[in-house]
Amino acid sequence: MALALPLQLVNLLAATLLLIAFAMLSQRRIIGLITLFAWQGLALALSTTLVAVHTAQSHLLASAGLTLLLKVILLPWIFFRLVRRLNVERDVEPVINIPTTMLIGIVLVIFAFNLAQPISALAGTVTRSTLGIAMAVVLLSFLMMISRRQAIAQVIGFLAMENGLFFAATSATYGMPLVVELGIALDVLVGVFVLVIFFFQIRETFESLDLRHLEKLRER
Amino acid sequence: MESGIALQLGQTLLAVLAAPLLMGWVNACRAWLSNRRAPSLLMPYRQLRRLFHKDVVLANQASPLFRLAPYAIFACMVLAAGIVPTLMNDLPFSPAADAIALVGLFAMARMFQALAAMDVGTAFGTLGARREMLVAFLAEPALLMVFFTASLIARSTALPTIVDVFAHQQFAIYPSLAFAAVAFWMVSTAENARIPVDNPTTHLELTMIHEAMILEYSGRHLALIEWAVALKLFTYSALGIALFLPWGIAPVGHWPGLPLAVVMLALKLALGGFVLALLETLNAKMRLFRVPEFLGTAFLLAVLGMLVHFLLET
Amino acid sequence: MAPTAPALSLQLTWGCLLAWLALGALQLFTGLRQLYAASALVALFLGGISLTTLDGPPQTMILPLGLPGLPFHLRLDALSALFLTVQGLAAFGVSVYAMGYFRSLDSATARTTGLWYNLFLTGMALVVLADDAYVFMVAWEMMALASYFLVTTDHAVDEIRRAGFLYLLMAHVGAVALLLAFGVIQGGQGAYTFDVMRAATPTPSWAAVAFLLAVFGFGAKAGLVPVHVWLPEAHPAAPSPVSALMSGVMLKTAIYGLLRITLDLLPAQPAWWGTLLILLGLVSALYGVIFAAVQSDIKRLLAWSSIENIGIIVTGLGLALIFRAEDKAALAALALTAALYHVLNHALMKGLLFVGTGSVLHATGTRLMGGLGGLMRAMPWTATLMLIGVFAIAGLPPLNGFASEWLLLQAFLFTPGLTQPYLNMIIPVAAAAVALAAALAAYVMVKLYGVTFLGQPRSPELQRAHEAGWPERFGMLWLAAGCIVLGLAPSAALTLIAPASRFLLGASLPVGAGLFLTPIDPERASYAPGILLAVIVIVLLLAAFGVRLLYHGRVRRAAAWDCGYPEQDARMQDTAEGFGQPIRHVFESFMKVEREVPDPFDRRPRYRGATLDRLWLLLYAPLARVVAWLSEQAARVQQGRIQWYLFYSFATLTFLLFFVSR
Repeated sequence: MALALPLQLVNLLAATLLLIAFAMLSQRRIIGLITLFAWQGLALALSTTLVAVHTAQSHLLASAGLTLLLKVILLPWIFFRLVRRLNVERDVEPVINIPTTMLIGIVLVIFAFNLAQPISALAGTVTRSTLGIAMAVVLLSFLMMISRRQAIAQVIGFLAMENGLFFAATSATYGMPLVVELGIALDVLVGVFVLVIFFFQIRETFESLDLRHLEKLRER
Repeated sequence: MESGIALQLGQTLLAVLAAPLLMGWVNACRAWLSNRRAPSLLMPYRQLRRLFHKDVVLANQASPLFRLAPYAIFACMVLAAGIVPTLMNDLPFSPAADAIALVGLFAMARMFQALAAMDVGTAFGTLGARREMLVAFLAEPALLMVFFTASLIARSTALPTIVDVFAHQQFAIYPSLAFAAVAFWMVSTAENARIPVDNPTTHLELTMIHEAMILEYSGRHLALIEWAVALKLFTYSALGIALFLPWGIAPVGHWPGLPLAVVMLALKLALGGFVLALLETLNAKMRLFRVPEFLGTAFLLAVLGMLVHFLLET
Repeated sequence: MAPTAPALSLQLTWGCLLAWLALGALQLFTGLRQLYAASALVALFLGGISLTTLDGPPQTMILPLGLPGLPFHLRLDALSALFLTVQGLAAFGVSVYAMGYFRSLDSATARTTGLWYNLFLTGMALVVLADDAYVFMVAWEMMALASYFLVTTDHAVDEIRRAGFLYLLMAHVGAVALLLAFGVIQGGQGAYTFDVMRAATPTPSWAAVAFLLAVFGFGAKAGLVPVHVWLPEAHPAAPSPVSALMSGVMLKTAIYGLLRITLDLLPAQPAWWGTLLILLGLVSALYGVIFAAVQSDIKRLLAWSSIENIGIIVTGLGLALIFRAEDKAALAALALTAALYHVLNHALMKGLLFVGTGSVLHATGTRLMGGLGGLMRAMPWTATLMLIGVFAIAGLPPLNGFASEWLLLQAFLFTPGLTQPYLNMIIPVAAAAVALAAALAAYVMVKLYGVTFLGQPRSPELQRAHEAGWPERFGMLWLAAGCIVLGLAPSAALTLIAPASRFLLGASLPVGAGLFLTPIDPERASYAPGILLAVIVIVLLLAAFGVRLLYHGRVRRAAAWDCGYPEQDARMQDTAEGFGQPIRHVFESFMKVEREVPDPFDRRPRYRGATLDRLWLLLYAPLARVVAWLSEQAARVQQGRIQWYLFYSFATLTFLLFFVSR
């Protein structure tokens, strides 16, 4: 354990990211989910800043700022408004019960950690050991999308997955070029807007955001 | 060696005597946070005195086990309080039991409690025992996993070594301890019968867990059990301090560090008690069958802590 | 090693076996239950002899028995001596108990039971002594058959006959696998002594086949999931002393066999053998304990708990194999010692619990917890001794169950040195599963003890239940004392196990000083059960006297309060089903629950709930259907006309003649 303090903090934040991903898996309420998502964004922004300061890569600062703006402030705010407008604040039981989901989550984490080990041995960055965590976050978010019925929860899962990918990029290669990151940020924003419009459409048609209703759409 | 034994006895005695004060402090904080006038900090002592003075009313069918249990539980808790390093590290008792044995000690107290609850054979007693064991079967392995995370870092299950590694060697951040800490909080609410798992002040029999088990107790027996409950809270707080905030515990034989250790302990306990009260105020008690889920989460988080240890810290 | 003249202790051991056989014959003619005392003394003597030979060199002996050219090879080495010690210690207590317990048998049953009982003891000891596959299989079958006849002692009951049949079936499927395993190990050399097998060098793939066959064969005897199904059926059916022997001693012979084959007869072991054993062990441990929690028949509950404990032992073995594959002999010794320690402990504590249950059954006529309760008042001896057994098996310090689990968990904590990353990460999860199983065991035991011995009696007759007789008490006392001694003096147990560990692994755990149990290094971990107990007792007494001195000791007796509810009766306590309900709720996906809920207007409502083993439905029921279908097809040759049968014989004859002539 001879890492510098900022890097130790990055490790801690990585662990926090994973913790939040697990908390999301066990969260039944949409509001709680949105709050957790905001916290995850904050942890991400902080760790990006730390990496930026430690390695003197100034473009990472910009992407940290972008994360803060988009994922901690703007998107959660949109979601909060949305939830209130759509009136979907009740608890919804997930498709798979929560302890089982968590167990699958543990298996995924072991898988991801072992998967990342050879890759991180190749990567030359100082933060490479967090790559496994990034992959675990991606997989866990995917799991959350699978196990939820509500459309909003799925979108949050999707965004959390994006958080994981972003973190992977920072830890393995000190982030993508700024242009790419801007592009992704824009994509995410547009994607959310499109999905929000979809939500309203879905609710108009089925009077609910429960995705089970979409099953009616198949041919038979 | 002799001074060590004296200090060991002193530390244990301090725990035994200060435990009701911590309970009083938590109750006072809870009262303040919910805008009530707080009872005196010494209230738990007065209650103990009152109970000791009262006659014991024993159910007709109570067996000797029922009368033995309060003393056994109290003795287990005193021993547990003696094992956890609170003021000075590596006292004479500590080689007798490591972290795993400590979990075993708690389990023993719990088993006595549950059996005693079933002894009189009332509906509420058996209900309490069943629920307590339900809580325990997940809380106990979760606690064990928290200790495992710490002992993987310290390469030892001996509490003094763990404290020594965390407090007296080069400072390092261990992300796996973040998981362990969350799991530890969840477990200790369950083990100490606090909100959100159980409500210590409830009067509704159907929602009780711990209280249901001690319904048939009275007089000095009840006093000993209440005292043991306070001691358990104290021991858990001391454990949390030893694992996650160990700075201030004096190293072996370092006598000048002792006054500082006392002050630090008092501060940390006051802070911990306040945080406990705060979390209790913010949360609501959950349904009984949410409890296994809650504790299962704690268990998995602790396991996750170990995994993170392998990824980030080796 | 050169076959020297058989040493005295092996001859004495063989003498013990002969003595048991003679006692069995005597029992057949007289049916005197006092003879069980003689069997017990023989067991004690056997245990004593093997204690003295633990540290000695292996002793061998060739007996001119059996088939011509195939004499019986016997051998007494450290591993056999350890298991013989376990057998002797447990069998002594159980046999003394049996002397009292079998007093109510009618004379015909008493005679046959006496015969089979002694044959059973002989068979188990012979399995451990065998030095060639031939004796081993003879002894194995002797053990299986004797125990089958003991299980079906009460053969008038339909259910018991069925349990016996299932047991026999599983025993033989397992035996076939073992036979194949021995065949594979010796690899066509035509000699079946273990010495030849040790020298043989099978290729890795054949070694793996032999290992898998051995795991299946011994697993079927030990009750590893998924070949555990006979165990919860057969154990309850047998008379209690026999259940105690089966669970406490017979299951351990399977562990012995597994050790003998994997660590002694087969060459180097790859790590995946260990992983497989850990997996099987953990599944058995969790499955066993979860099902134990939902049983309402005491002996069935104990049988499931045996599956759990065997699982824990096998997990320890697996860990030892993994460490050995990584050339870490000291750590392998730690894991192996934990497993063997648990073997020793489980023999005593499970023996105690089964015989205690026997006394309950004797006194009340039922082993269903729903009809019991409050026995602590009528049977204080049994209740107190059972309390020790319950605390021991629930893994509470300072008793013995905790000590071995503590060692096992310590062994798990040494895994970070492993080279394979996957193993490194899976093993903490395995440790978590062990901890979970141990915690659930406490649940099970609170249920067992609380519902049976505490609370109010669920029927008025229970208040007149009679206490166990003196031989029974002595037997239970012996086993309970074993639990306490092994718990308080772990160094004694380590001294017993060290030679076997050195024999198998070439390393053993340092015994440590007196009261302390310190594997590897006192900085890492230490545990002193004696000090724990002393401090608890001192504080307890201080508290008691302090309260007395400072206050008073007044006690008033009154009706139970129960929150002021006046009309409470014994039926309002939790039943066994009620106490298991949370576990059933949490682990519902593992089991199939059948419920019969009464109609609300029913005047005499009856509730029935049954929890079935899902593996039975998934695995065995289809298998049974396939077998039934096959036998139906085979039944077509059965025509009923004598001419057809003559034709079959004729066809067979010509067929064989054709082959012989070629």
